[in-house]
Amino acid sequence: MIDLGSREPANVAPPEEAEPERRRGVFRRLRESLSKSRQALQEEITASVFEKIDDETWELLEEALILADVGAPTTAAVVERLEHEVDSGAVPAEGEAIRNRLIEILAEVASTARAKIDLSAQPAVLMMVGVNGTGKTTTIGKIAWHLSKEFGLSVVMGAGDTYRAAAAEQLAEWADRAGAELVRGQAGADPGSVAYDAVSAAVARNADVVIVDTAGRLHTQDNLMEELAKVRRVIGKLIPEAPHETLISIDATTGQNGLRQAKVFSEAVEVDGVVITKLDGTARGGIALAISAELGIPVKLIGVGEKLEDLRPFDPSEYATALLSE
Amino acid sequence: MFDQLSDRLQSTLSDVRSRGKLGESDIDSAMRDIRLALLEADVNFKVVKAFTKTLKERCLGAEVMDSLDPGQQVVKIVNEELADLMGGTGAELAMASSGPTVILMAGLQGSGKTTACAKLAQYFKKQRKDVALAACDVYRPAAVDQLVTMGQRAGAHVYEKGTDTDPVDIATWALDRAREERRDVLVIDTAGRLHIDQDLMKELSRIRDKTKPHDVLLVVDAMTGQDAVGVAESFAEAAEFDGVVMTKLDGDARGGAALSVKAVTGKPIMFASTGEKIEDFDRFHPDRMAQRILGMGDVLSLIEKAESQVDEKSAEELEEKLKKDQFTLEDFLTQMKQVRKMGPLSGILGMLPGMGAMKELRNANIDERQLDRTEAIILSMTPAERADPHLIKGRRRKRIADGSGTRVQEVRALVKQFDQMRVMMRSMANGKMPDPQKLMRMSGQVPKPKVRRR
Repeated sequence: MIDLGSREPANVAPPEEAEPERRRGVFRRLRESLSKSRQALQEEITASVFEKIDDETWELLEEALILADVGAPTTAAVVERLEHEVDSGAVPAEGEAIRNRLIEILAEVASTARAKIDLSAQPAVLMMVGVNGTGKTTTIGKIAWHLSKEFGLSVVMGAGDTYRAAAAEQLAEWADRAGAELVRGQAGADPGSVAYDAVSAAVARNADVVIVDTAGRLHTQDNLMEELAKVRRVIGKLIPEAPHETLISIDATTGQNGLRQAKVFSEAVEVDGVVITKLDGTARGGIALAISAELGIPVKLIGVGEKLEDLRPFDPSEYATALLSE
Repeated sequence: MFDQLSDRLQSTLSDVRSRGKLGESDIDSAMRDIRLALLEADVNFKVVKAFTKTLKERCLGAEVMDSLDPGQQVVKIVNEELADLMGGTGAELAMASSGPTVILMAGLQGSGKTTACAKLAQYFKKQRKDVALAACDVYRPAAVDQLVTMGQRAGAHVYEKGTDTDPVDIATWALDRAREERRDVLVIDTAGRLHIDQDLMKELSRIRDKTKPHDVLLVVDAMTGQDAVGVAESFAEAAEFDGVVMTKLDGDARGGAALSVKAVTGKPIMFASTGEKIEDFDRFHPDRMAQRILGMGDVLSLIEKAESQVDEKSAEELEEKLKKDQFTLEDFLTQMKQVRKMGPLSGILGMLPGMGAMKELRNANIDERQLDRTEAIILSMTPAERADPHLIKGRRRKRIADGSGTRVQEVRALVKQFDQMRVMMRSMANGKMPDPQKLMRMSGQVPKPKVRRR
């Protein structure tokens, strides 16, 4: 999930050893957490839908995807493609085959080129952005924990959310758990200066990764988006290529507005990837499909629970399968 | 906030309106557009189906078909049905007859509960009530700190016991304290929870059982998608909530959740949170919101807002002055200050009828700094100059420009604009409505396209 470049993961057990065991656990967890969505989708996509392939079949498929928040344009494109393939005989007009092909198409839509998180630079700068309440600070806490405990990297966190009351305290607790160093400013301080301090501290201490938190903001607030662009510029002054990764967190319960969020944020700060959070609810997170289909921004991580290990790499086909399979 | 939906409905309906008579196929195509517009706005799929069905039946009924202006009738029906869907004319909180009124807040993580608690406290503060908050979110790191800080900002007392006490105990303890200290209102903040988390949902029911709140409010993010309905249903079961607080309505979310929750649970949306500041919180008026969606403006809210800021006597004096053409730059300054007290101009413009239809105006990025400059220019004038701007010539103009840190051209432009405005105001005071676009040009706020810098 993470590109560490030439850096050797130091003084930790090679992750591969623990991996198979955990992988099973993770996918079971993902499947469990998506089971509600699946059940709901299942109700729509039952065998009966495919018993007789006619207009109603496609309509019901469309309904199912709309209910999963995939959005009208992407839904229409996916179903149209499937219908075309069935009509032309490329896919047998039979329930099981159609469902399997649907999973393939959905996975294809969700797949995007570079899904790895690029932390090969030294220090690598990761910036987290997003709308209020989408889980930025929690995600940062989890990422820091993974990098530090699993890969043995030294992590500096910058408490760039100087606006929300107690945001820095929240991050401080996470820094504590992850054993990361926290750089913070006064409440109401300029977030750019906090980012600057955090990155300088990371450079001075030769840290591996610096993660910069930012205040949640609605993408419609131009002045706050401009502030975000400024934070990015400030970081770029210290290290020209930085931030190396800018991630946007999007709440899985978000509807079609998630598309606007991803678009506007990436216009302001060149977003490299999406983290879909709170996928453990009944929300189906279909907006992830819409975002990669319409904007080409890859989904890189998903959050499927409150535990530290519940932050996982996004696997398109696993995701599509979990969404549809029995 | 409902821009997209409003656009869609307006273009659909202006199509219908331009025709004299409507056939069933006209209605059908309008319904298809409305259906798609609502889906794009995240209105729940099932709600959309039911809504368009009712709508179609009414539109095909005699009230439209026999009407002289069927298009107008369709607009009226859509307006009525939208308002009905969102909860009729608005609902009131239940208040205690004696002792503290207890309000329990619940919702998913990140929906904005803690902020909504503080905003609700501020709302009661404005009614001169003694408000206390109970910090029962012991799970999220620093949630208690956040409530303490925001509670202080709202001028509310915060009952907290750190994070090592059971939330149910904190709630009952806080209620006892609120009774002893004779508070008027106690707002209980709870941890965000997933509606499928059995343990936490049980904890919520227990807080409810122990504190017997007068109102339980569910906090819902306006950006929620199709899942909003499922969430609301689960919370209805565990917490039997009475109403909804919609948060983050200041974004461009199309707010379909707002439409769906009432339709599915029957619980009205009571409050709307519309901004970052603690004052950005207000009663939700479904009927007015429906009119706003259709671009019919929200004049009532605007009037209420104005009433709360402008005192009646000075308004009457102003009207007198306008009629007699005695309006001076001094009055203009006072007016401008009063209008600005109502909040950012862009928000106020959205409430005006017809503004929604004017795209370029809606996207106008009103530069508040320009207003600051205008204020500075007037403040640099002598009383005599403010009373009679025609005095302002060469050297006076230079002095004013220097004094206000502006340029001579700006001073000249302001005086010219003021002259034009006075003419227009006079006609307004005599009962003629001006063209809003002309109004904009005169106030020097020429809409410019948004430029997004990288």
